[in-house]
Amino acid sequence: MYQFQYDSTPKLMKGNEALAEAALRAGMQGYFGYPITPQSEVLEYLTEHAPKRKNVVVLQAESEVASINMIYGAAGAGARVMTSSSSPGISLMQEGISYIASAELPCLLVNVQRGGPGLGTIQPSQADYFQATKGGGHGDYHLFVLAPSSVQEMAEHVFLGFHIAEKYRMPSLVLADGALGQMLEKVLLPKDGSLPYAEKSWATTGKTKDRERNIITSLHIDPNKMEMINLQLQDKYRKLKQEIRFEEINTKDADIILVAYGLTARICQKAMDLAKEKGIQVGVVRPITLYPFPYEILSTLAEKASAFLTVEMNAGQMVEDVRLAINGKRPVFFKGRMGGIIPNPEEILLEIETIAEKQQLKNIYA
Amino acid sequence: MNTITIPDEMELVYSKPETITDTPLHYCPGCTHGVIHRVLMEVVNEMGIAEQTVGVAPVGCSVFAYNYMNIDMQEAAHGRASAVATGIRRVLPEKYVFSYQGDGDLAAIGTAETIHSVNRGENILIVFVNNGIYGMTGGQMAPTTLLGMVTSTTPFGREQSAMGYPIKMTDLVAQLPGAYYVTRQAAYTAATVRKLKKAIEKAFQFQTRKKGTCFIEVVSNCPSGWKMTPIEANDWLEKNMLPMYPLGDLKVPKE
Repeated sequence: MYQFQYDSTPKLMKGNEALAEAALRAGMQGYFGYPITPQSEVLEYLTEHAPKRKNVVVLQAESEVASINMIYGAAGAGARVMTSSSSPGISLMQEGISYIASAELPCLLVNVQRGGPGLGTIQPSQADYFQATKGGGHGDYHLFVLAPSSVQEMAEHVFLGFHIAEKYRMPSLVLADGALGQMLEKVLLPKDGSLPYAEKSWATTGKTKDRERNIITSLHIDPNKMEMINLQLQDKYRKLKQEIRFEEINTKDADIILVAYGLTARICQKAMDLAKEKGIQVGVVRPITLYPFPYEILSTLAEKASAFLTVEMNAGQMVEDVRLAINGKRPVFFKGRMGGIIPNPEEILLEIETIAEKQQLKNIYA
Repeated sequence: MNTITIPDEMELVYSKPETITDTPLHYCPGCTHGVIHRVLMEVVNEMGIAEQTVGVAPVGCSVFAYNYMNIDMQEAAHGRASAVATGIRRVLPEKYVFSYQGDGDLAAIGTAETIHSVNRGENILIVFVNNGIYGMTGGQMAPTTLLGMVTSTTPFGREQSAMGYPIKMTDLVAQLPGAYYVTRQAAYTAATVRKLKKAIEKAFQFQTRKKGTCFIEVVSNCPSGWKMTPIEANDWLEKNMLPMYPLGDLKVPKE
């Protein structure tokens, strides 16, 4: 597991700015992006602060399509590179992300989600879970998907994302939301220069006499070769399971387990406290990696807890993975708000109380 | 009686440059891609910059360019070669970077990337092979297809009222301040090939100046897509393509 090294004193920062500062401290060598609310601060911060450092390229591209392909080129040339956007922009990048995954190029992608579908709203959302975890673009591929739930994690996940991307030669994605990008919190930043660079002998840096030429491509016309590439990718995704991360809060004696990630997980903790006052034992499981998904812990908890409630800012996306994990052992309920609405702890509490009644839990604690 | 001395070994006056691989070309008979590949790689070899050069292949007939060029290469998504080249050159600012693109790739799906890469004055060379047709997918209309020209998607000839006009990308690009050297060449005769080689040499030399984008259009043929023999295709190119896409420099830097 990756060990962070931190500054000694905390700073007060916006999520987007903490993420941008962390990228500079993580030794990012190139950023290619396009403005979109609610993550434009990333590009703004980098254009201001990158010139103070040596050899950091920051380029405002003409579109998200161009920026993701610049990422392809720069990552293929061996640089540690990143792009960020928000939901509609991430949709535009999907073709390029598929190519990057197929060509096995390490890079960091950031989606500060907003409400959709379509142009939607600029308010926070978690509606891109399917896109992030199930592929998004064409073909069988995955990203290493991290879900920060604080400004602290907005910074940490940049380091972790780069680390995993280079360790496995694959794209990582930080899946945040508009609120995490915009909110101010105390953050203990990871130390400058504390992320070593991986060896990249495969990169196109100019063919020297002592080696064969390096080719970055996702094209393999022979279906047997293409199946081999697919098998290698699937093998990589199996190995990636050792990087699963999650947080458990009060799950030991919980009757109802809330499953939520990112911002929603923090709201669920408040709902958990409110439920305790009502005499209902509630715990929270917060997946930190959305891909690979922490199926096992949920499956284990299903042996003891009597019901699960998934809370998301969408119409019910991660709940499908929760149901796969529980596999019919216990009922799995869902509470979602959509279109940029953040659920409040009270409405989650109402849901918890209804479930408690259905499961006849209230009688036990009343 | 005079005696003739026969040398043990004949003098080698022409050979394949190290920058070309032994892979047999997949191009159709008469197609100029092979010639353009060869000339491009000859220049890289003769300038001794193979170790400092990274190329970008497009989607189209030349999608496999990386199989023939013995240098580090990347294969870009359709239309995005100049964005990919931008990414490479920005993080490797001392290297020579070129993209090699067809007219569908560069002038249709990749128009935005082309215009903006040149407008930023990216220090790359863009080689634009224009044969007025989508060759790889079976001869459909390209943005550069001439009016009246029959393709598999303009079976009655390209009609302006429905399909607009052939686009002159090189003329467009020459207007941009970020363009440093813009020229239109061809590769269908020995003379045009020699001129093309000179243009490519200049373009690589200009890259070290870091003054902007070099853009070379190569007016090309497509015997298969045009449904002609190679000789007919070259005649047709001269009579029909060149009046629309006249050869010559459009923008030359002051020495």
